[in-house]
Amino acid sequence: MERAHAVFAAERVALIELDRAIGDGDHGENMDRGMTAVAKRLAADAETSQETPTPAALLKTVATTVMANVGGAAGPLFGTAFLRAAKATDSVSAPDGELDGHAVATALEAALGGLQSRGKAEVGEKTMVDAWAPAAQAAREAAEAGGDATAVLAAAAHAAEEGADATVPMIATKGRASYLGPRSAGYRDPGAVSTVLLLRTATEAALELSAAAEAAAGEDAE
Amino acid sequence: MKKLINDPRRVVADSARGFGLAHSGLVRVNEDPLYIVRAAGVTPGKVGLVSGGGSGHEPLHAGFVGPGMLDAAVPGAMFSSPPPMPILEATRAVDGGAGVVHLIKNYTGDVLNFEAAAELAEAEGIDTRSVLIADDVALEHAAGMTGRRGVAGALLVEKIAGAAAEAGEGLDTVARIARYVAGQVRSMGVALRAPTVPHAGRPSFDLGEDEVEIGIGIHGEPGRERVRLGTAAEITQRLIVPVISDLNLRNGEEALLLVNGMGGTPLSELYVLYAEARDLLDRRGIRVIRSLVGNFVTSLEMQGASISVLRMSETLTRLWDAPVDTVSLRSPLR
Repeated sequence: MERAHAVFAAERVALIELDRAIGDGDHGENMDRGMTAVAKRLAADAETSQETPTPAALLKTVATTVMANVGGAAGPLFGTAFLRAAKATDSVSAPDGELDGHAVATALEAALGGLQSRGKAEVGEKTMVDAWAPAAQAAREAAEAGGDATAVLAAAAHAAEEGADATVPMIATKGRASYLGPRSAGYRDPGAVSTVLLLRTATEAALELSAAAEAAAGEDAE
Repeated sequence: MKKLINDPRRVVADSARGFGLAHSGLVRVNEDPLYIVRAAGVTPGKVGLVSGGGSGHEPLHAGFVGPGMLDAAVPGAMFSSPPPMPILEATRAVDGGAGVVHLIKNYTGDVLNFEAAAELAEAEGIDTRSVLIADDVALEHAAGMTGRRGVAGALLVEKIAGAAAEAGEGLDTVARIARYVAGQVRSMGVALRAPTVPHAGRPSFDLGEDEVEIGIGIHGEPGRERVRLGTAAEITQRLIVPVISDLNLRNGEEALLLVNGMGGTPLSELYVLYAEARDLLDRRGIRVIRSLVGNFVTSLEMQGASISVLRMSETLTRLWDAPVDTVSLRSPLR
């Protein structure tokens, strides 16, 4: 999440510009504010507790922090997505809290379900669902092919990216961009772009974690 | 960007602090989370009225907190709806035991956050009703679409629902009256120059020197068409004709006419529009019995205006004339 904070701080202006083109320019600011609040909260938690939170507990903290600090449409949508992912993760994670590929895919599917029940959007309406839906599907396929958590996240991030690109020619029928009608075509949906940023960041963090785990395992062997 | 601010991220908080200091006899500002309530506190047994949404539309909504109108206003970040928690806390703060009505402008973010807050309030045993305000005729009605935005008509819904709540009506009646008013008001706006959101640092859209954007929203969103700047009479015609026809307002009916400034247009120009609108309604036999001209639902420093028409009835006229004492709207309103 520390990494997500840095990514959104860096991409804030690009997201604002994109949202300015087809929305009202608040999305980048909202995401930056949300990730800043999350990073602050996690740092405070880390100071008071020695234990590393489980992925489920971490996702829940992210969800409640986003819901308390981020308004706009992105706040309740990402908040609900994180909350559902937390609940799903809780029921599929191993006793030590570790996630395998299937668990990650289940969490992403739950996040998509949460988004759709809150935002009532379908694929093809130029919203973040256009990134989340292919991501969840690609994640499931990667998990069934035997991929570990990192491979599943990488597949999801890649599919989300393609999904976000596919929103370019779409005419929005949901959200602020829908007011523009045909004039909304020609831009990627800002929420879909944020989804890509989140998933890509999660993949990089997972890669780093598994590399660190391998290094630690190597040291143990010596 | 030239603005009288300290820090783009602190504008809303700094402004709320000043608002509270300047009007301490009327309002109390709760800083964390941010919401504004009446200085006199909650009225036991009265239905509470809460509205809110992105900041940058001042005096909406905080300027309309007070006897005869809102009980609480919840400002979000600039042009961005507040999260559920501040809405929930404001709802708790104004519940006098008779329930709370949320007056919501129809924007995805506002609807989602108020919906989530209402769920949480209900779970705590606070009876809530939600009323959507969607008066902007610039957008067509279509199935599956987000629907029309709530714009300046929000002010009229807040005033009349506020009068009903103050008169002691129950939760369902106040919500029903608010929905009725929301159904009888239509609006349309024009922008001559876009606003600049402090944290974005540049105008929300670009307009040529001789261009205007017709059918804009109050968040600096582009409108439905871009045309050459004509005379005030031509602009008024473009704005008010869709309003009258969508309302299906007929010869002999009575109406309230609101000409609202977007923040960067002088009152003199708003009165020019008012005169044109009044002539146009007169020619169609529509009697304007109440009027309001000024900056009420703004879009930062956007240059432009909107015209709203509310179909009046005896009940609505009585509620409109009822006493009100807020920072930006005070009796008499005739």
